[in-house]
Amino acid sequence: MNLPKNPYLPYLATVTKIIDETPNIKSFQVVFNDKKVQKEFSFEPGQVGQLSVFGVGESTFVINSPPTRKEYLQFSVMKVGEVTSQLHRLSEGDVIGVRAPLGNWFPYDKMKGKDILFIGGGIGLAPLRTLILFMLDNRKDYGDISIIYGARTPDDLCYKDDLKEWEKRDDLNLVLTVDKEFPNWEKRVGFVPAVLKEENPSPEGKVAITCGPPIMIKFVLEALSEMKFDDTQIITTLERRMKCGIGICGRCNIGSKYVCDDGPVFTLSELKELPSEL
Amino acid sequence: MVMSMSWFIPENEFDIFVKNLSKKRRLFVPVKENSIVRFVEFKDGIKPYFEKQATSSAKNTIFPQTETLFRFEYKKDPKDLKKFSVEISETIEAPETVVLGTRPCDARGFLVFDKVFLNPKHPDIYYQNRREKSLFITMTCTDPEPTCFCKAVGSSPADSLGSDILITKVKDGFFVETITEKGEKLLNELNLKDGDAYSKEAEKVKDEANEKLESPFDTKGLSTDILKLFNTNFWEKELAHCLSCGVCTYLCPTCYCFNITDETSDSEGERIRTWDACMFFHFTLEGSGHNPRPTKAERFRNRVGHKFSYFPDKYDGMIACCGCGRCIKSCPASVDIRKVIIDLKEAANESA
Repeated sequence: MNLPKNPYLPYLATVTKIIDETPNIKSFQVVFNDKKVQKEFSFEPGQVGQLSVFGVGESTFVINSPPTRKEYLQFSVMKVGEVTSQLHRLSEGDVIGVRAPLGNWFPYDKMKGKDILFIGGGIGLAPLRTLILFMLDNRKDYGDISIIYGARTPDDLCYKDDLKEWEKRDDLNLVLTVDKEFPNWEKRVGFVPAVLKEENPSPEGKVAITCGPPIMIKFVLEALSEMKFDDTQIITTLERRMKCGIGICGRCNIGSKYVCDDGPVFTLSELKELPSEL
Repeated sequence: MVMSMSWFIPENEFDIFVKNLSKKRRLFVPVKENSIVRFVEFKDGIKPYFEKQATSSAKNTIFPQTETLFRFEYKKDPKDLKKFSVEISETIEAPETVVLGTRPCDARGFLVFDKVFLNPKHPDIYYQNRREKSLFITMTCTDPEPTCFCKAVGSSPADSLGSDILITKVKDGFFVETITEKGEKLLNELNLKDGDAYSKEAEKVKDEANEKLESPFDTKGLSTDILKLFNTNFWEKELAHCLSCGVCTYLCPTCYCFNITDETSDSEGERIRTWDACMFFHFTLEGSGHNPRPTKAERFRNRVGHKFSYFPDKYDGMIACCGCGRCIKSCPASVDIRKVIIDLKEAANESA
């Protein structure tokens, strides 16, 4: 199922579950009102959608549930502006609009047989989550899976249920960190790029996928380069202010590429070919 | 493309021609109000103004400044007042439209729009429907403005590309030629006089118009020059006097950036699309407070980059500027895109 013939027309969807992830992040599980759309809708890990609160507007969020689990679509929303604040006021059972799937996706076929290193910060785990769950659902296709994930405080870590489950698994290596010491926090302390350096993963046979605040991404990319990761082995997913979601309205371009349509997923080598306007 | 056929309208019959055009369809013509010439819908009593290039481009005829994308309505569930449903209704309108009095630059602007809005991956059906039902009757620019530079971007005062019909003013009236089948079909309906006798005179007028205009710069290598200067202070220095007012984008026939917002009243409302401008700070401001184009230098760099580098890079070398010069003519701070480009090429040369 692709976008409707009118690409600006959202599908109606009902919020079936709202999860409080952190003090300012909520996850919304939604189901399309039209049963046919719900049945036929398909997407790839890393693709995004525009959520509408009719009367307030639209904003872009990654679909963070994996395509292998199709009962609902999940989006996580940090409360920062008008649309996100209104989304935070929703109750289960409320109706919103969803325009999806938009954009490109993680090249998971090319990653088959490789070791995967996820590096996330804060709500930046959202786009990684869809791929992590997708890979766990196709576990035999991939080598070692490691996740380095950090947030400012223990409260700011998203997807706490997932993290608990991932910690228990023996086919996945999870490293959690927070920016500074907190009472009862027994895991790592330090910024994500610093913890990455301590872990010092070998680039051999590996793909690194990172998402987080721009400053974290900057230092993660530097750290990975120091560890001799090639630019083609590093993948990130970008955020931009978006409106149309189909590469027209002119907001999210970096040079000739539109993050909403040509992205949001780029390898570092692809990014380096673009003008430096992040 | 069809064999060019020609007609002639005597000067004193042009008003009838205009009226006849408006009979079965919506007709847009340039109209002068105070000192401003804009394309507006023709009604009885309106006097079109064809003497000079319109102040704003004809883009509003296909891509209105504000349009409703769809309407929505919240409906309460009478059995459980806490519950509501939403109904959406599409609002796609596309009446048969003729635009009379475009200049070659206006018509070419739509060729740029077509690349973007008719992209086969996800065509914009609002634009597509209107575009399919529109026809452009362009007038040869016999008296180009001092700000015109269409020759530099591959056009000319009598360029017919993008138009369906081309009209050239000759001594006793108007020489009319068809460019497309659509144009021919329309002219066949209108019972005009044969124009063959005037074709030589019209060709002479076109040649003379063409000679009046010079090409102020060469676009060769411009795309890479822009990228070469991307991280330099060229933009800041060159655009120190820009006010970021965005008038250049609103008047430009090839600027198509837009915003999408919701307007509501009570439990119903509409999602609307409005022209927007990459020259505004808020255009790219993200929820987090981060802005990838925080100052006017980055924003102007994006505008020039888009027109002369990114767009040609994405769409087979097509330059997203038609040389109409409106951005120069109406800029309150006298920013001249021709000078920017000449300076840019020089700076790129020096840095090489």
